[in-house]
Amino acid sequence: MKLPFERPLIKKIEAGIPSKFGMKPTLKPIDNIDGVPVSDLIEKYGSPLYVLSEQTIRETYREAKQAFETRYPKVQFAWSYKTNYLNAVCKIFHQEGSWAEVVSGMEYDKALQNGVKGSQIIFNGPSKSREDLVKAIDNDSLIHIDHFDELFLVLELAQTSAKKPKVAIRVNMDTGIYPKWDRFGFNYENGEAWEALNRIMLSGKLELVGLHTHIGTYIMTPDAYRVAATKLADLAYNVERKFKHNVRYIDMGGGFASKNTLKGAYHTGIDTSPTFEEYAEAISGALISSNLNPDQLPVLILETGRALIDDAGYILGTVIANKRLSDGRRSLIVDVGVNLLFTSFWYEHEIYPAKGETQFTEDTTIYGPLCMNIDVIRAAIDFPVLKQGDQFVIKRVGAYNTTQWMQFIHNRPAIVLIDENGESHIVREHETLDTLLENERLPEHLK
Amino acid sequence: MELRKNLAISDTGFVFDAATGESFSLNPIGLEILNYLKNGLKDEEIRQKVLDKYDVDESTFDLVYFDFIRTLQHFDLFEKS
Ligand SMILES: Cc1ncc(COP(=O)(O)O)c(C=O)c1O
Repeated sequence: MKLPFERPLIKKIEAGIPSKFGMKPTLKPIDNIDGVPVSDLIEKYGSPLYVLSEQTIRETYREAKQAFETRYPKVQFAWSYKTNYLNAVCKIFHQEGSWAEVVSGMEYDKALQNGVKGSQIIFNGPSKSREDLVKAIDNDSLIHIDHFDELFLVLELAQTSAKKPKVAIRVNMDTGIYPKWDRFGFNYENGEAWEALNRIMLSGKLELVGLHTHIGTYIMTPDAYRVAATKLADLAYNVERKFKHNVRYIDMGGGFASKNTLKGAYHTGIDTSPTFEEYAEAISGALISSNLNPDQLPVLILETGRALIDDAGYILGTVIANKRLSDGRRSLIVDVGVNLLFTSFWYEHEIYPAKGETQFTEDTTIYGPLCMNIDVIRAAIDFPVLKQGDQFVIKRVGAYNTTQWMQFIHNRPAIVLIDENGESHIVREHETLDTLLENERLPEHLK
Repeated sequence: MELRKNLAISDTGFVFDAATGESFSLNPIGLEILNYLKNGLKDEEIRQKVLDKYDVDESTFDLVYFDFIRTLQHFDLFEKS
């Protein structure tokens, strides 16, 4: 019997790095997703492949919900469609009780098709068309007004509409964090938000149902939410006092950090990202200690996106080649590129081999398969030396990747959902050349 | 190609380069091959030894051996010819 072969490796020992074999933690492979072997999934559905865990989605949602419901009496989540609008994903969130939060006519229609009641769709975003608004008014949806031009348009539509539009305003503000997002909504500090509220109330044509803010994304400081909730509560209180009108809800938007690690961060996201409890404590603390009438506390709406879905998503892939760069660094070329992993522009994604425990790793650059220089999945990762055909798993890719992916050079791969019984289901088919050609038209003279 | 004389190779897989003060670590098979090189074995002899002893096909071995030698070159572990 011959001995098992491992490729010969040599590695320079850098000062300050533990220098003995065995001192470094072993990189544990990820060989299954919810009990389904990675190799089986790739064999059945091809590589690369997105995999979603229904169990993780539900568990994460319940964890977030509990964090808030144990601190505040009325909580409502609204699933942020742009974060991942695969129907299967939306339906899971809706089953769990989430409303829908949409930012375009396309997303709005998708939410309706998914069976969400019009009155449970929050319509955000700076770009609603007149037709979108007419439809939203008609369906009693919650229109979050972004700017004065939109406010005037809604007022105009209210003249001829049989229904009284239900509106909220989006408020931007200084919460002490950088960057300050002042591009969307009405500013708090300069009085614009208060002016918009006055116009709405004095018009008599709109029903002011709520106040909204979305202070940014991947916010690492829960205290920013405390500041934001305090300012919205303040506006709500002023409306209450001046117009004897209680807003039904305060919507704190999204922005909770997921457990991914931001590029350039010294510590990993697992160690540094706040928990749902910490965000919940900051927000509910601010609302409960505000001047708002405790008998008429508004519903707290949350449009949490990435923190609810990142962990449930994986990309499985395969090594195409191993290559040494001119400066001696090792590089891996894999079949997952930035076309499928948009978030690799922000995150140092965790990547694991699908099998073979090893302590021997090398500083490696991982490239995708595209013919462009920016197609880098990880610029520098301490990674085992995989060979052609070896499989790997990229973790925490559930947010924004299957909405912002590009059909560039390669067809987009299938997306599979593993249900709570460990059964896998295709939730989006692998694209084919026909997918690409479906919308192409050839002028007569070129046929 | 000849391995540099002033390399100290430990039997636990460490190489110390007295000329530069740098040290390296190897996995067991890397250590085995480095020792063959130190003892002056030719590429073909090393190849045969590994193929006899380990469960590996020729083309896989050639590929990884070539890469290993390139890495040794990159770390400047051969005598300048
Ligand atoms: C209005 C609004 N709500 C919610 C979200 C979801 O944000 P996140 O994924 O950071 O939680 C976004 C994201 O851009 C947004 O613009």
